This record gives sequence, C-alpha cells and structure tokens, in this order.
Amino acid sequence: MSEINYVIEATDLTKQFGDFKAVNAISFNVKKGEIFGFLGANGAGKTTAMKMLIGISNPTSGAANVAGFDVFTQAESIKKNIGYMSQKFALYDDLTVKENITFFGGIYGLSRATLKQKINALIEELGLHDIADNLVGALPLGWKQKLAFSVALLHNPKIVFLDEPTGGVDPITRRQFWEMIYKAAHEGTTIFVTTHYMDEAEYCDRVSIMVNGKIEALDTPKKLKEQFKVTSMNNVFLKLARG
Amino acid sequence: MKILGFIIQKEFKQIFRNKGMLPIIFIMPVVQLIILSNAATFDIKNIKFSYIDNDHTSLSRALIERFDASTYFNIVSDFPSEKMANAAMSQGDVDVILEIPHYFERDLQKEKHISLSVTINAIDGSAAGVENVYINQIIQNFNKNIKADLIQTEDKQSNPVNIITLPSFWYNKTLNYKTYMVPGILVLLVTMITLFLSGMNIVREKEIGTLEQINVTPIKKSQFIIGKLFPFWIIGLALLTIGLVIAKLIFNVPIVGSYLLLYVYTSVYILVILGIGLFISNFTETQQQAMFISWFFMVIFILMSGLFTPIDSMPKWAQTITDFNPIKYFVEVMRMVMLKGAQLQDILPQLLKTFLFAFIMNGLAVWNYKKTI
Repeated sequence: MSEINYVIEATDLTKQFGDFKAVNAISFNVKKGEIFGFLGANGAGKTTAMKMLIGISNPTSGAANVAGFDVFTQAESIKKNIGYMSQKFALYDDLTVKENITFFGGIYGLSRATLKQKINALIEELGLHDIADNLVGALPLGWKQKLAFSVALLHNPKIVFLDEPTGGVDPITRRQFWEMIYKAAHEGTTIFVTTHYMDEAEYCDRVSIMVNGKIEALDTPKKLKEQFKVTSMNNVFLKLARG
Repeated sequence: MKILGFIIQKEFKQIFRNKGMLPIIFIMPVVQLIILSNAATFDIKNIKFSYIDNDHTSLSRALIERFDASTYFNIVSDFPSEKMANAAMSQGDVDVILEIPHYFERDLQKEKHISLSVTINAIDGSAAGVENVYINQIIQNFNKNIKADLIQTEDKQSNPVNIITLPSFWYNKTLNYKTYMVPGILVLLVTMITLFLSGMNIVREKEIGTLEQINVTPIKKSQFIIGKLFPFWIIGLALLTIGLVIAKLIFNVPIVGSYLLLYVYTSVYILVILGIGLFISNFTETQQQAMFISWFFMVIFILMSGLFTPIDSMPKWAQTITDFNPIKYFVEVMRMVMLKGAQLQDILPQLLKTFLFAFIMNGLAVWNYKKTI
C-alpha cells in the first residue's frame, strides 16, 4: 500500500463533532504531480477533511500521511512541505503586492535575496509591474486569487491545497488560473483542489466526490462518467449528490 | 530570528498604515493626559455658600467676611429666613447654609459660648466632609481672634497658650494635585492603549481569515507571538516617553528619580499587559468581544488601583484583590520613582511581582495559543 509515489495517504480518516461525523472514515491516496479534485456539495465535509490534511485540525480517528509525515504527530513538518489557499482570501489587504509576497515568503524561511528574485519573477509572470506597490485590497478579485496561488507556491511546496480557489471569479480568469495550476503540476507539484465548478472537475486527473462525510466515488473523470453512464461530470455529481 | 524580523516589519507597516488607528494610539493619550490631569481633581473649590444673618451686627458681618475672603467659598446669596434657604438647597442652588442666631454678638461677649447652625449638601459625601473641615477652620480662626481680643481687653494677666501646627507636606510640597495625578493617569494611558491594541490585534487576523493562513505555515508559536507583541511593547514605551515629556514640560511635575528605573519597570509591566491582551484574544472570536472583555478588566483594574481611591480604605477582601492588580504596582512605582526618587531596592518588591505576573500571563497565553482549530 505505502508506495513512495503517494504524497497523500488517508485511511479511515474521521472527524467527529459531538454525535455528528463531519468526515466519516474516508480513505484515498493522491499520487505525486497529480491534480486531485475533491468534490462535494456544501456541507459534505470537504473543508473539514482538508483542514485535517494541512495540520490545523486534529482527526478524531483514522490515519493520514501527507508529504511523508503523519498528521497526528508531525503536523509542523507537513506545514513546511505544503501550500494552502483558503476559501476566504487570506492575504493582507493593507499590505502591497510586494509586501505580501515578502511576508509570506519570509515566514517560510526564504532569505531576503531569494525573495527578491522570487518577487521579480512573480511580478514578471503575473504581469503585475504597474501595481506591485499597490495595496492588495484594491486589486480585482481575479488578480487577488492568482496572487494568493502564487504566494502559496513561493516556498516550492510538494503539495498545494486549494479550497474553492475560483469562487466568484470570471470565466477568463478561471481559465488563466487553471493554466497556472497545470503549470505547477507539470513542474511536479501535487494539486489538491476543491471546487463547485463541474467543468473544472473535468480538468482534474482524478476526482473524488464526497456525500455526507463519505467518499462515494473516486476515479478519473472519464471512468466516472462511464460508471454512471452519463456524458458530463455535472450529471455524475447530480446523480451522487441526490442519492 | 530572521522570521521574527519579517513579522515585526509587517506589523509596524500595518500599524503606521492604519490612518484611523494612528491618532488613537498617539494623539488621544496626549489629549487625555492633558484634560484628565487638569479636570480630575479632588480639590474642592467654588463652594456655593449662603447665609442667614439674624444678628446684623459688626461681629456677624465680620464672620461672613471671613468666608467671603476664602478662595474656597463663593457667597451666592443671603436669605432672610431658614425656609427660603432650605428651598434654595433643595433646588441645588447652594451647597452650604450658615445660620447666625439672634443676639450673636451680645451672647458671645456675655457667655463666650454660642452655637452656629451649618447645613451642608451631602449628596457627594466626601465633598461634604471636606467642606465641613474648611468651615470649621474658618470659624475656629475667627473664634481665636475674638478670644484674643476679649483676653486683651478683659484679662491682661493670663497668657494664652497657643498651639500652632505647621504642616510640611513631603514629596509634594505645595500639595499640587497634578503632581499626584499625572503619574497615575500616565499609567492608565500606557495600560489602556497597549491592552486594547494587543487584545484586538490577533483577533482581527482571526476575523479577516489571515490567521488560518499563518497557522498553515511552519512558523513557531513563539515567533509569531513575539513578532506580534513586540511592536506594541515599543509603542507602550513610546507612550511613556511622550507622557513623561508632557508631565515635565506642561505640568512641571518634578521627576526626582531615575528615568532608567522607570523604563526598566515599565518594560516589564507592558509584558504583563500584552500577555493579558494575548490571552483575551485567544478566547475571543471578534474584535468586539475582545474589546468588551478588555474593558471589563480595565475598569476593575483602574478602580482598584489606588489611583482615585486609597487602597488602605478599601475593605480587607478588596485589598487582597488589589494585590493581583498590575496597575496598582505601576501606579505605586511611578509615584515612588517620580516624586520620591525611589531607588531600585525600594521598588524591588513591585518589580519582582510584576515580573512574576509577566511570566505567568505570557506563559498561559502562549501555552493556550493553538495553531490548530
């Protein structure tokens, strides 16, 4: 079971709040360099599951290994090796683009010299020349999200966790965002992404669908469509989520 | 250490970029210090004095003149009857009514013994007490002079024994109220600003969601907390500096003791307050909650600090509580060092206790701070 090329291994991972099992014994593996889509209706337990994997929420039971470290005992080592972009925009609105990059790079332990290079490269890549010294709060949402994604990648993490990264973003920016995701995956970063857009689910290498705290389906989009005898991921989702 | 630098840099940038907060941090305390130190006075002046003179003699007028001459009393009216005087008292127009009886001059010369009736509005009990003391002093002085006159005219043989007390007020020679209040109010300002700022700072990051982002980084708890609190420690010391400058330049408060000692003590003291602020922010989810809890503690700390009311006159149980009040020690140290020129060994008990509080509060706060949810 435990092969080297799995970067996330979860076995019977469970999170219980009182009597309610938000995440009910989910098991799955994610391969290195894979784009893993983590789907489910609102309240299905996606965010809770993700928070256990990134080491900010302790599982009630089960086991999970992320980037080679145990979520129970080595949460801080996991954090060195992952990037995270939350549902809520979490850069500082009252800092400039450059200052945000400096701060987040800095607390991952990057040196000032490395940071300078990274900032220049990033600004070049995202085309942010004119607004590099503007406050982030004034940027359009799409730019903010692209910036947040780039910041999550600053320290070259093995895995990036994206929690609904394209919520509320226009189709063109979403397209650009997914190009960035592909590029990062191509460079060997594993992408773990939750989304409510079924077209985005089609872009993933493999997709899992959570219903009421359990993973009800897990395969490539193509095989899932075959399995449920439908033509789109949208219909796969509707079939599962409606029960 | 390098990571710490990034956090501190970020915090300072955010503080100085916040145009709404800057005046609150630096201008409000200055205004408060100037206004409060002038207004919060226990001196009782401008007492509204009235009298009923039933005698209308030179002696009764002489007595009234005594009150007129005093800076504490303003003669607002004289009443022909007690009834009218009482009505004015219940209207709040007068604070004190002095009634001089019929045949005041005659009886005094004949019997050498007479009663005056004094009515004092005692809604503010402590003010009434002070007013009573002032009135008695004036009447006693008046009495002494009359006696001297009578003795001179009637009995030249006897030698009156006069006991005169010459009070000397140590550490505040002129009994200047501001000398006493300014160090205390300075303490309040340093405490309030640092407590509110530190209490709300981390909660704010919870509210806007950046704390979660911080928690998924490998940053150490201690790095984050020190980085967060250090800027407020600096701001607290900057406030102390501003306050001392104002005390010296505007209020002319004598600063007898060592500045170094003030700074040493204050730097330990601010750690206690920052620890409390951090502790509060651990337990609250919104800035509003943090603000209310901070305010709750501030009110108790202030009222039980000995700043406005002497601790010695509190009930025993309350005195025990004040032993755990950091503001009490800060007030004591400020007054001791500024006014008495206390040395390190004099404030050592306060310093050690404050150090202990700092250690406990920050220990609890750091232990209690969780990177997980």
